[in-house]
Amino acid sequence: MQNEKLNTAEDIIICRDVHKWFGDFHVLRGVNVTIKRGEVVVICGPSGGGKSTFIRTINRLEEHQRGDIIVDGIELTSDLRNIHAVQREIGMVFQSFNLFPHLKAIDNISLAPIWVRKWPKEKAVKAAMELLERVGIPEQAYKYPGQLSGGQQQRVAIARALAMQPKIMLFDEPTSALDPEMIKEVLDVMVELARSGMTMIVVTHEMGFAKEVANRIIFFADGNIVEQNTTEEFFINPREDRTKLFLSQILTH
Amino acid sequence: MAAQTEVIKAPRTEVGLLGWLKKNLFSTWYNALLTVLSVAFLYVVLRAIITWVVRDARWEVVTTNFRVFMIGRYPGEEAWRVLVSLGIVVFLAMLTRVFRRAEGKPRRWLAIGWLLSFPLITILLRGFSRKSPFLPLVSEDMWSGLLLTLVLSIVGIGASFPLGVLLALGRRSELPVVKVLCTVYIETIRGVPLISVLFMSQLMLPLFLPPEVRLGTVMRALTGMTLFSAAYTAENVRGGLAAIPIGQYEAARAVGLNEALVMALIVLPQALRAVIPAIVGQFISLFKDTTLVIIVGLLDLLGIAKAVTGQQEFIGLHKEVYAFAAVIFFIFCYIMSYASRRLEQALGVGER
Repeated sequence: MQNEKLNTAEDIIICRDVHKWFGDFHVLRGVNVTIKRGEVVVICGPSGGGKSTFIRTINRLEEHQRGDIIVDGIELTSDLRNIHAVQREIGMVFQSFNLFPHLKAIDNISLAPIWVRKWPKEKAVKAAMELLERVGIPEQAYKYPGQLSGGQQQRVAIARALAMQPKIMLFDEPTSALDPEMIKEVLDVMVELARSGMTMIVVTHEMGFAKEVANRIIFFADGNIVEQNTTEEFFINPREDRTKLFLSQILTH
Repeated sequence: MAAQTEVIKAPRTEVGLLGWLKKNLFSTWYNALLTVLSVAFLYVVLRAIITWVVRDARWEVVTTNFRVFMIGRYPGEEAWRVLVSLGIVVFLAMLTRVFRRAEGKPRRWLAIGWLLSFPLITILLRGFSRKSPFLPLVSEDMWSGLLLTLVLSIVGIGASFPLGVLLALGRRSELPVVKVLCTVYIETIRGVPLISVLFMSQLMLPLFLPPEVRLGTVMRALTGMTLFSAAYTAENVRGGLAAIPIGQYEAARAVGLNEALVMALIVLPQALRAVIPAIVGQFISLFKDTTLVIIVGLLDLLGIAKAVTGQQEFIGLHKEVYAFAAVIFFIFCYIMSYASRRLEQALGVGER
């Protein structure tokens, strides 16, 4: 374990030969990838290829069955303490927002700091308000999720994830469930976050976002990484035929 | 241009009382016929009821026996203890109403007040020992009438609710032993009539308890009702738990909550709120089912009613006695049903 600590200085996520099966279906087939601190990585690829499952194994919403995942020096094993430690380091934003409908926006955000970090309520609420200002909707603080638009809900969800002061943010198709006019407001928040130096892994088909802030793009299909490259190279010089086909399909519109 | 921006009002269809009558009661010939028939029917029935209530009924059977209906065999010289208990509850209820919008301190004090009221009222009603000069013992087996009905329902509801929630969680548990035990318990109880549970609790409970613990009939009946009601509550709660999307669990875990907090802060509040109508329905039937304790020799409100009809001087006054009991039952059931609707409204904010 000691030598793991050494290379975690720069590499915040290390995945080695990660496998996962859903029943007999082999979803992840030996994924190897390393993410550096502060890096913004976009994962794209055809649906059903395992992109979402892969990022969900990183914060243990899905359990991998073979291989190693090490997050900030903590290896994900079945040890609950490790799992909770990793989950506290990682914030996650879902396609379907998954806000808690029985809590107001501000309580959605301050809940985990109060109960997990044991912050006093005043401090947590103040921090939550600052986060709402950061995502641009402080005036919606005392509304319930059901009273907010999709774009506003997703911004509250980003603020909720940030409230635990994570080192890494995972985004699982954050704009796929949004109406077109609301996509930009969410992407703007994500761009700001990327520029602030947050380590981000984003599953998305928003290639404009990828071009603007991603350091690296990973093309994921059939349970493994088909190709990965720096953003410029990825668009100018795709090497694999599958990547070229995929790019031609999503960029022609 | 100015004409275009003018607000166009919706056409008025209801013009006064006549318009309303025409629209709702006489819109077609068969609607008119139904209206006339209903009014005639109501006239006949209401006339008969009102005539009986104000002229023919002999309400002295109720007024004379009022204290018996309310507290039954509870000693008359100790009746003030029941009144004081009632006073405590009414006082707390009024305070709750006054402070219903308050947050923080007042709410915490109210919660403490309600929690303390249970042991306080228990001591007040039951007293200490037989020889005690202050608050002499009134064994719970002496409680009867409306007092017994209320004690059985309130304690039954209060105890069966948490037990039911635990059983529901147990049935969804990933631990096979817990899951099987809870499932077997729930299905067994649901497969047996309440009457047999009440009988069994009278006969079997002493066998399971150490000999030095001797439960009175009321306590045994109460245990039976609680165990019975908990199984039904568990199934209602399970329905609510099943309706919570998996994304809620994932989001809660993703922000770092552990399993207990996920349940307590995210899943249960939503699940319980979704099943308020079903649970209150369950409580209302528990309230009415307390009348079954008559088969184990306890005299609840209905049991007292039956006893009163046997009094020599009031022979043949069944109608008055049972009408009175029915009104009392209706009032309490309606209060529960009304409170449930208010609770749903109060909690339903923002849920769309």
